[in-house]
Amino acid sequence: MSIFALDALPVLDTATPAASLAPADGLVRIEDVSKTFPPSRGSGAVTALDHVDLVAPQGSVTAIIGRSGAGKSTLIRLVNGLEKPTSGRVVVDGVDVARLSEAGLRAVRRSIGMIFQHFNLLSSRTVYDNVALPLEIAGVSRREIAARITPLIDLVGLADKRERYPAELSGGQKQRVGIARALATEPKLLLSDEATSALDPETTQSVLDLLSRINRDLGLTILLITHEMEVVKRIADHVAVIDGGRIVERGSAFDIFSAPRHETTKVLLAGVPGMQVPDHVAARLRPQPAPGSRPDSEVVLRIVFTGAHATDPVLSRLAAELGLEVNILGGAVDEIAGRPFGTLVVSFVADPARLRQVRAFLGQRGLSSEVLGHVA
Amino acid sequence: MSPEIAWLIVRATGQTLHMVAVAALIGSALGIPLGVFLATSGKGELFAAPFANRILGAVVNATRSTPFIILVVAIIPFTRLVAGTSIGTTAAIVPLTIATVPFVARLVEASIREVDPGLVETARAMGATPLQIVWKVLLAEARPGITLALTLTLVSLIGYSAMVGAVGGGGLGDLGIRYGYQRFMPDVMAVVVVVLIVLVQAIQSAGDRLARRFDKRIRPR
Repeated sequence: MSIFALDALPVLDTATPAASLAPADGLVRIEDVSKTFPPSRGSGAVTALDHVDLVAPQGSVTAIIGRSGAGKSTLIRLVNGLEKPTSGRVVVDGVDVARLSEAGLRAVRRSIGMIFQHFNLLSSRTVYDNVALPLEIAGVSRREIAARITPLIDLVGLADKRERYPAELSGGQKQRVGIARALATEPKLLLSDEATSALDPETTQSVLDLLSRINRDLGLTILLITHEMEVVKRIADHVAVIDGGRIVERGSAFDIFSAPRHETTKVLLAGVPGMQVPDHVAARLRPQPAPGSRPDSEVVLRIVFTGAHATDPVLSRLAAELGLEVNILGGAVDEIAGRPFGTLVVSFVADPARLRQVRAFLGQRGLSSEVLGHVA
Repeated sequence: MSPEIAWLIVRATGQTLHMVAVAALIGSALGIPLGVFLATSGKGELFAAPFANRILGAVVNATRSTPFIILVVAIIPFTRLVAGTSIGTTAAIVPLTIATVPFVARLVEASIREVDPGLVETARAMGATPLQIVWKVLLAEARPGITLALTLTLVSLIGYSAMVGAVGGGGLGDLGIRYGYQRFMPDVMAVVVVVLIVLVQAIQSAGDRLARRFDKRIRPR
């Protein structure tokens, strides 16, 4: 199983600046798309997507992250025409799928693989026959199906399970079957609809490793939706944050983690280890120092270490050069899109002038910092 | 029991099996597609045809709510048209079939509605045509349910077939009424009931076994 381990992956600098993504580069281009669902019993018309633009560059892993109900499910279903936009264009490999007939869509869908949160395997078919299904649908001969499927089942590590039924498999194994099935027609694009949301953390890890290996080795473009920042951190090159049917923030995965701007992004990041403040502190956190309190209140600061600065002994310098006593509240060192990345949540007593001095000190050393609040 | 009576019982068993088998065969051939259509033609579904769905649904309900014995006599002109006669075993197959079609259709519809809609979406995402979805997904996944539905249909048909004595259809039920009841021959009645019980038991346990074999949702021991 070592081929699936993260440590076997070369560290790649895949974070491309978002600005360089000219629309023409994208295998998938969603252009000014809105989607409104007509009113139904008990509810009025619902705007699921509101003038959304999105590009998934060829060969990249692009993640759309948002809370449930943000519109990400609708968004990914536009790409293979399971949903039609109310307005706008959805261009996949140069073809506007929003304008295709059902017959035209069927041809496009055969070149797009899709995996699902609940795996969606046919219970009546073995692993082998589940993987064979898209090829049967495409009218591939029985002999050619056999030749194409065997290496795929090996690729996902299920060679010994090929005659088993889905009920005999674990969740992670089922998703591996789902992945093999999605790859059977040799698609150029893989859509992933919360593919790891029903899996435990360890299994999630191995499925994500498999996906990023496929992305790398087969050059497959992956567009995924998720509500877990962990998934974004593991495999995404580009990220779009969606909230209330709008893209509220986008950029490289590294930028989103190191310098989140939108409130929704920050909320989604709060679940990532090292990003949150301990509960006993969070409960007492105020945006401003309590009125009438001493000017030198306790400040909670998040320091983000990136790239070359990730290993600087900055806290000891703060103590030595500024004479500051720092409490460490939380922290983590991690890797995002293959680049080292650390966060540290600290608190110290300082008046506003002193705080500015500390932040300037950090800034000079290439570290960004964010005031999370003041302890009341 | 005299050899004549024994022969009557054997002949009646043959007539019952004949009527039930033919009615089940034709009834399923028409009822399964009708059930698939009912399950997939609602608003926004695979073969969306809400108007046809409502009409066929109403016809199915009407047939289902007509007591079988009334259906038998009500469609005598139609029976004569199809079978060339309105009495006898062959004639009795016509109303039996007509009662079977909506029965099978509703049961098949229910089985197909049990199939996870996510699987239909998955097949659509693979570029499957609606017919491929019906064949490779809906019918394949509903197979255990449909097997049980057809088993239930066979058992119900044996019950219905007892009523076609009214048009000279013969069979075990008819024998039981005419000999066991009207001629006060309790031994004939007892044998008829035992044969019916054995038939139903055999059909039910064969159907259960088959459905279990088709059902891969449960982890085999």
